[in-house]
Amino acid sequence: MSLLNIFDIAGSGVSAQSQRLNVVASNLANADTVAGPDGSAYKARQVVFQTALAAGGDARGASAGVRVSTISEDTSPGRRVHDPRHPGADTDGYVTYSNVNPVEEMVNMISASRSYQNNVEVMNTARSLLLKTLQIGQA
Amino acid sequence: MIARLTESFDFHSQALTLRGQRQRLIAGNIANADTPGFQARDFDFALALRTATGGAGPGLAIASGVMTPGGRSAPVLRYAVPSQTNLDSNTVDMDRERAAFADNAVKYESTLRFINGSVRTMLDAMKSHQG
Repeated sequence: MSLLNIFDIAGSGVSAQSQRLNVVASNLANADTVAGPDGSAYKARQVVFQTALAAGGDARGASAGVRVSTISEDTSPGRRVHDPRHPGADTDGYVTYSNVNPVEEMVNMISASRSYQNNVEVMNTARSLLLKTLQIGQA
Repeated sequence: MIARLTESFDFHSQALTLRGQRQRLIAGNIANADTPGFQARDFDFALALRTATGGAGPGLAIASGVMTPGGRSAPVLRYAVPSQTNLDSNTVDMDRERAAFADNAVKYESTLRFINGSVRTMLDAMKSHQG
């Protein structure tokens, strides 16, 4: 039944977008983290989406969900601030903060929440269509 | 008489199946709105319905449909032409997909109403002798 597959597809979209929101939340929470004793501060993370063909679906890939293939780390160097009195300062007096860009993260968050809403609406529409399909021949 | 009524059932059930397939396809496009490199797809509903109900010539049916194991011909998927280029080469146009999704949902419902109407007509025809 093709309409039931919509729940799988939209569900995969919702879960992928919520994982993206999770990563954004983690990045924002660590925006001001300083380097630990090992000298490396928190690195911003990004989810990478990939098309996931529905299991058992038609071979030509007419129905395609989405999944998070990897979570990649931003390898750019962290922000360095000269603050010799900071307990986390290195021998030169620099403190290394995480490389999170709060502006990018906020934009990412808005985009993720819009996509989440779109997928939820797809599910609601499919649900009401299915309920009406069940009532064929009644009334 | 009954044959003519069930013929119309056949037609509407094919239309309903295709509407369901299109709804699923658009749901897939919406789910992949942020996937890098994803190409949005859709199919020509009129052509798919003509092929499925045998309204088209046999040559056209072979050229435009692929037979699935279930015996039903599956519509040919076409790739959307992006109206704006995207840096990650994703061609999902969210406005178009949302509009197509809403449009398809309404047409799915209207097909359901046609089927319900046919059912009611047939039931009325059966009842008229009793009254």
